[in-house]
Order: sequence, then structure tokens, then C-alpha cells
Amino acid sequence: MTNHSTKTTGSKKTTGSKPAARRQRRSRRGVGLGLRDFPTFKAVSYLVFAFLYLPLVFVVAYSFNSNRVVSVWRGFTFSWYSEVLGNDDIQRALFNSLRIGVVATVVSVVLATGLAIGLLTMARAGRTFAWTLIGAPLIIPEIVFAIGTLALFVQSRIPLGVNAITLAHIAFCVPFALLPIRARLRGVDPAVYEAAADLGAGEFTIFRRMTLPLLAPGIVAGALLAFIISLDDFIVSYFLAGPGGTTLPVYIFGMIRNAVTPGVNALSTLMLVASILIVSLSYLLARKRR
Amino acid sequence: MDASASALSVRDVTKTFHTPEGGLVHALDSVSLDIAEGSFMVLLGPSGCGKTTLLRCIAGLESPDSGQIALRGQRIDDMPVWRRRVNTVFQSYALFPHMTVAQNIAFGLQMDKVPGDIIKVKVEESLDMVHLSGLGSRKPSQLSGGQQQRVALARALAKEPEVLLLDEPLSALDLKLRRGMQSELKRLQRETSITFVLVTHDQDEAMAMGDQVAVFNAGRIVQVGEPREVYLRPRSRFVADFIGEANVLTGVLDTFGLVVESLGLVPRDRLIADTDAASGRVHVAVRPENVSLQIDPVGTAKVTDVSYVGGDMRVEALASAVSIVSRVPSQGVQPPRIGDRVSISFAEGSLTVVAD
Repeated sequence: MTNHSTKTTGSKKTTGSKPAARRQRRSRRGVGLGLRDFPTFKAVSYLVFAFLYLPLVFVVAYSFNSNRVVSVWRGFTFSWYSEVLGNDDIQRALFNSLRIGVVATVVSVVLATGLAIGLLTMARAGRTFAWTLIGAPLIIPEIVFAIGTLALFVQSRIPLGVNAITLAHIAFCVPFALLPIRARLRGVDPAVYEAAADLGAGEFTIFRRMTLPLLAPGIVAGALLAFIISLDDFIVSYFLAGPGGTTLPVYIFGMIRNAVTPGVNALSTLMLVASILIVSLSYLLARKRR
Repeated sequence: MDASASALSVRDVTKTFHTPEGGLVHALDSVSLDIAEGSFMVLLGPSGCGKTTLLRCIAGLESPDSGQIALRGQRIDDMPVWRRRVNTVFQSYALFPHMTVAQNIAFGLQMDKVPGDIIKVKVEESLDMVHLSGLGSRKPSQLSGGQQQRVALARALAKEPEVLLLDEPLSALDLKLRRGMQSELKRLQRETSITFVLVTHDQDEAMAMGDQVAVFNAGRIVQVGEPREVYLRPRSRFVADFIGEANVLTGVLDTFGLVVESLGLVPRDRLIADTDAASGRVHVAVRPENVSLQIDPVGTAKVTDVSYVGGDMRVEALASAVSIVSRVPSQGVQPPRIGDRVSISFAEGSLTVVAD
């Protein structure tokens, strides 16, 4: 912005010698093409943003629609929210989701922290292989993981339901929780631990007073990420739900199969708001502690 | 040196590392060293010579394969790091980033279970000692490199160790700051009379700071002595080359003197007196400031380069195959020009026999 305005004043002063002004402008931008001169890229960015966020805008806007028919706007109302929040089934599904999310988060973060530290002591070659192995679930198709887990649980007679979902969520939350913890661990000068030992600290003291506080921002960020992933998961939860294991996303899917009411929009909006809050929190924490 | 009078005694310490390629590296090859109580010892050598490994073995961060390390007569080599009365200033400073400066300094004292009110007083004293009073509540990231260096020092000194180890502590500072910190470190060493052991690859730093200098090469200590002694009487070609600039000549030594090819006879009195034992084919080292070149139309050498280094004039001359460097104060001397013929002479007692 400021750059732009100085440029205009600059060219005004040098009226009469246009080529000189142009040369000056080019040199200020440095070598290379003036990419900013192409109008196309701006349009593309706007399109991408629209594409990403229009569905969300639609969901949020129509959650306030007083018409039962989702796609026809009639008037503004909060009634869907009170209806959704008062619904016993939704409350039960929400409770399931939160319970699974909290347990999966706590367990996966503890595992991820231990894993991150433990892998530091491995030999270089083994470590690279281990990291690849741990990171793989991030790109493995979720449906494959879901089918595999279902088959495994049925085979080993683990009853489907909330506990089965929790187990599966722990498994796929670990790599997500690991990402920020690992990044944090890499940023710590290993000499810090040596210095602590040199100053008289034993192994446990070093863990409590160096490792944990230094990793804390990573652990918190990892926990929030794991919680969001667990809360938003549909496929795995749907496969393993069984009787009484309905989570919020599974319930929402059930709702739209019967009839799409603005209630779905209201519920989705609530989930969206919760997700945004948690992600912003994790972002702020990561920034503040740096 | 009597082992009981030394603060730290290292006996036949050996340490080997496995390289990723499967080879073996002798980081320390049967190293022995005695460090006197209250002295400033500098371990000097090129990178990879084992000096840092020895420091880490003393600290307990590395365990030697064999040999003994004793602190005031008491063996410490099988003691864990946290129990040794030795503290380290790390090359990267290794300050605790999540703690304030005061908390950093207090940490070591807390580990010793020093009461809180005494810790407070000691932290203030330590900050005062390194001229950082009033910065106790800052985080390390809010300090300059030089200030961080002082915090690392204060943190290690607050524990009043029997020996303070310093691992290239000044290498991250710019030249001017480094000079200031060198005299600062010497002052701290004098005031606390704690034994300091400093590792460096910078020979000027070693000369400026050490009471004693131990020169390392390829996992061995090749010479120990006062800086002046090591400079003027290097025992090996390596030391002569590594510390300052040296002319190393090869010749045959007999009762009359040294016969150097293409330079002729160098009289016996030009050699350091106690080289009597040596005879036959030897290498000798001579510092450039002990070489003088006189313009002489029938001289044996020809000037190949003339340059000014600070207040000195550095002249290189070539006598057939032998190249000689001379260094003289540039004031009041008629400088030779490139191509001039010169004759070479050496100052009395300036040549020292060195091992190859």
C-alpha cells in the first residue's frame, strides 16, 4: 500500500521524463517480471477464496432461516439453535464426541510426546524410517484405515461403540499430535540438556524442568490439533459407531438422510465456530510462546 | 609437575569414535595433562584435534574409553555429570530459553539445594560480577550475543566450581567484542582464582589468555608450556607452523653450525643453546622477526614479495629452492624492492630444532 503511494508521487514529480520514472519503478521492484501487473492472478485468488468459503457462508446464513425448506429464505430466526441445543439425541451425540475427543487427545498426546523424545535416541537411519512410518497415516486414505480397524475389531471381538471409536481415534490422532511436538523438539539446542546436567540436574529433573516446559507449547498445539481431528472425524466413527456410539458428525449425517432442515445448518455452524475457536487458540499459543 | 598440587590431572585418557562409514577416529590418544590450581590453561589446536573431546570428558558429557581423570586428587571419571564440581560454559551458551536470566543463574544453585534467600543474593552478586545488574528479569532472547555470553559465565561461576571449563566461548562474538571479553575472562579468573580450562582454535586468543597452553594435534598433546615458550621454542614442525608464522629449514648440524642447502653455514650461536644433543640432519624453525635481510648485490636470495602488516614490513625472499620470510618494523628502514638481491642473517639464539 505505502509502496504504491510513494510510486505515484514519485512519477508525478518526474513528469516529462516518463522513461526515467519507469526505469526507477522497475529497479525498485528488482529483477524479474512485474508479476503484479498481471490482472489474472488476482482474479484467481478471489475465485479460490469464494470456492473455499461460499459453502460455509451458505451454511451459516441459512442456519438463521425461518423456513423449513432449507434453500428458500423466508426470515431471520434463532429458533433452530434452541431446537438443536434442546434435542436429547444431539446432546447425547455431542457428549459422545466430547468424551471420545478428550480421551483420545490426552492419550495420543502422551504417546506422541514419549514417541518424539524416544525417537531422538534412535540411530539416524532407523529414525528416518520411523518418522516416515509414523507420518504415513496422514496420507493413507481414511476409508482404508476405517475398514482395517473395523475388520480388526470384529476379528478380535472388541465390541463396537464409544470405546472402539476412542481406540481408533487415539491411533490416528498420534501423528497429528506429533507434528507440533516434533517441530518444537527440533528447535531446542541439545546443549541445553547438557548444561542442565552440568549444573547438577539428574535425568528426572531435566525432564521436568527442561524438556516438558520447552515442549509445552508444542504439546498444547498438538493436543488442540488432535482434539479437532477427533471431533471432526466422520468415516472412522461411522464404521465403528455400533449401538449407542453415535458421534455428532455421524448424527448430522443421519439428519440429512431423513430430511434437510435448517437445524443441520445450525448444528454445523456450532461445530464450525468451535473448530475455529480451537484452531485460533492453538495458533495464538504457538505464536505467544515463541 | 607434582600431581597432588594440580587442580586437575588427566592420565592416559583415550577416546575413540566410530564414524558413520564404519571407521575409527582416535579423538584422544593416551592424553596426559596436569593443570595447576588457580591457573588459566588453554587447550589449542585445529578443529577435530580432540581438544573439545577432552573438555567433555572432564565435564562428564563424554566418557573416556580408558585412562583416569582426577579433580584435586579425587578420581571423577566414573562420576555422573551432575555430581562433578566442574562447570562448563558452552559454545552455544545453552541458556535456558524458557527462564529469565536470574532463573538461569539460580538453576545450578537450586540443584545444590541452596536456600532461596541465599540464592537471591548470589544471583545478584553473579550478575554484578559480569556487569549485568538489573537485567535479571530479561529472557535470554532479549539479550545481545555478548550479554548472553556473560550470563552463561555467571551461571557457571555461581556454582563456584573447582574448575571452570570453557568450550570456544568467544567464537560467536565479533572481533572487537572478543578482545574485550578476553581481558574480561582473565580478570574474572584472577578475581575468583578458579582454575580455568579454555578450548580454542585461535592461537592469538590462546597466547593472549593462557598461563599455560597445551597444543593438540590429531588426538595428542604435542606441547605444553607458557605461551612465550611455546612460541619461541616450538618442539615440532606442527607447533611452529600452527602458532604464528615460522620458517622451517632443513640442514645438517655439526659442531661448527648448521649447513642449510642454498643458504650456507649458519653459525652455532644462532641456535638455541640446549640443542647441543642434536646432530646430523635436522629441521629448525625460526620466527620471521628473527630473520633480517640486507640489500646486497651478491646476496644469495632474491626478494619475491613485500607487504605491510600492521606496523611491520613482511618480506619474502627466495634462495634457489628455499623460501624465507622476514618481518621487521617498517619505521626507518629502507624497504627492499621485489627483485632486489639480499643476504640473509639470523638473530642470535633464534633457531630451534624441531621434530618433523
